[in-house]
Amino acid sequence: MSAGHYQYWIVIVLMMTGIYVVIAKGNMVKKVIGLNVFQVSVIMFYVSMGKVEGGTAPIVAEGYEVYSNPVPHVLMLTAIVVGVATTALALSFVVRIKEAYGTIEEDEIRAVERAADEEAEAEEAAQAGAEAAG
Amino acid sequence: MREHLPALQIVVPLLAAPVCVLLRGARPAWVLALSVTWAAALMSWDLLARVLAAGAPISYHVGGWAPPYGIELRVDAVNAFVLVIVTAISAVVMTAAPRSLEQEMPRERHYLFYAAYLLCMTGLLGMTITGDAFNVFVFLEISSLSSYALISMGRTRRALTSAYQYLVLGTLGGTFILLGIGLLYMATGSLNMANLYEILHERGEANRTVEAALAFIVLGTSIKLAVFPLHIWLPNAYTFAPAVVTAFLAATATKVAYYVLVRFVFGVFGVGFAFGQMHLDAVLMPLALIAMFVASTVAIFQRDVKRMLAYSSVAQIGYMVLGLSFASVTGLTGGIVHLFNHALMKSGLFLALAAVVLRAGSTHLDDLRGIGRRMPLTMGAFVLGGLSLIGVPLTAGFVSKWYLVLAALEGGLWPVAVMILLSSLLAVVYVWRVVEVAYFQDPPEGATKLERAPLGLLLPTWVLVGATVYFGVFTDQTAAVAARAARLLMGVAP
Repeated sequence: MSAGHYQYWIVIVLMMTGIYVVIAKGNMVKKVIGLNVFQVSVIMFYVSMGKVEGGTAPIVAEGYEVYSNPVPHVLMLTAIVVGVATTALALSFVVRIKEAYGTIEEDEIRAVERAADEEAEAEEAAQAGAEAAG
Repeated sequence: MREHLPALQIVVPLLAAPVCVLLRGARPAWVLALSVTWAAALMSWDLLARVLAAGAPISYHVGGWAPPYGIELRVDAVNAFVLVIVTAISAVVMTAAPRSLEQEMPRERHYLFYAAYLLCMTGLLGMTITGDAFNVFVFLEISSLSSYALISMGRTRRALTSAYQYLVLGTLGGTFILLGIGLLYMATGSLNMANLYEILHERGEANRTVEAALAFIVLGTSIKLAVFPLHIWLPNAYTFAPAVVTAFLAATATKVAYYVLVRFVFGVFGVGFAFGQMHLDAVLMPLALIAMFVASTVAIFQRDVKRMLAYSSVAQIGYMVLGLSFASVTGLTGGIVHLFNHALMKSGLFLALAAVVLRAGSTHLDDLRGIGRRMPLTMGAFVLGGLSLIGVPLTAGFVSKWYLVLAALEGGLWPVAVMILLSSLLAVVYVWRVVEVAYFQDPPEGATKLERAPLGLLLPTWVLVGATVYFGVFTDQTAAVAARAARLLMGVAP
């Protein structure tokens, strides 16, 4: 549509890419990357919202009349910190999952869990059988 | 000092968390965390008493900057009530924590648990008390990040995958809320909730930006609240987290998410816009009804009692959302009362399970045969909590269902009233399954009477379960505060 709002298209494309990666990828690190792309799209949305055409950085100086709105930019400093913290925590989970399961592919982890469940059930059945026989 | 209570409510647990890490020892960290949680409970109690006495909200300007430009902490009848629930349950669960943790994680790492617990509480209190939309996002992420860490402390490796799954979904939810707040800021140029409400109302006609903001905020909070079908993170997270963490999160995290949803829908967008124009009830009511039936039915077929209660939580969240979707004073009263009652009974039930895990080592139904005779006091508490979950008269659960049924009839929606009663029958089935196994089946051969659960765990459980009975008998206290909160939210003069 209008070229004046091209930044929204960038935001939408990034957002959809991020969500797609989170949903479609089974690799846990890739999911974290998808989350990051998704968060970046919102950060870009905020930053572009605060921009005033022809405005400069909001520092009062002679010769400048028009300033960009600093509030959304400041808000995004916080959001970036939150994003970094989330990524760090997510990656630390991934490291520990790799240690516990030996893989970070979701379907492989699911297979490991299913095998463990079945083993437990078989054991239970065997126990019940032993009890009945005893 | 007293005028700074709204800020201290958040700052004290926030500062105590790093001190816990510095203290290192399990005992000193617990003593600090315990005193902080109880202090927070007293502070919120004082705030509630003052708000109710004054009849007007308490507004606190952070750093002395006046709203709408400065950040405002705003305590009114609605969030003072939620603050009391969150802090009281945090304090009671914290009292029970060390005995249950002993078995679930090595003692030298307990201090990390207490630090994360306090941070999570900080985030939840911050979300509740703030009058600033962006602050909600920041505190939401504080509480979410620490709750992921808490969940990952579970005994089995599945706690890790559950925490990871919750992290991915929770971050998606949080970012949706952020996007919604951004759209609101774009449309109004304000972040103060009371100010947002005024601007949106003066304008009357809402544009596409505001509509999109409502959609994103409702979606984001619904993920955090675990509204069906966005609940998939919840059963795993509750099942594999340490028992005390489940008791804490089940009673506080989803409740605060519900409060945030209510606050945005009623306190920012307004009933007229959210329900009159956007027909939020057409989305939320069916989802709530489906949650009540589907989640309760799934709960019936669970073999693990902890998992069963997790699914029951999804169903109970359905009741709360149903109360909201009536968009009437009675409906909202029912929702808020249920928020309170469900927090009490679920934390009581999960603490009872914590005692079972401690002594019997499992919450699987096969291992609980005859447990009623082996742990009479603990299972007695469980049964009482279960009765409240069903909504038997003289328990707290009955009060909230009463209001919900009233609201349904008031709105002329008698099929909904029938469905509330029918879904309660499903709760009878899953609670009965546990009772049947615990009391009517013989314990496995050679099983002896188990050692009584430690008093430090048993007492908090009974306090919570006792409270559900107390508030089921003396109904006017909670209902009066909730009704006042509901009238405030609906914009009806109290």
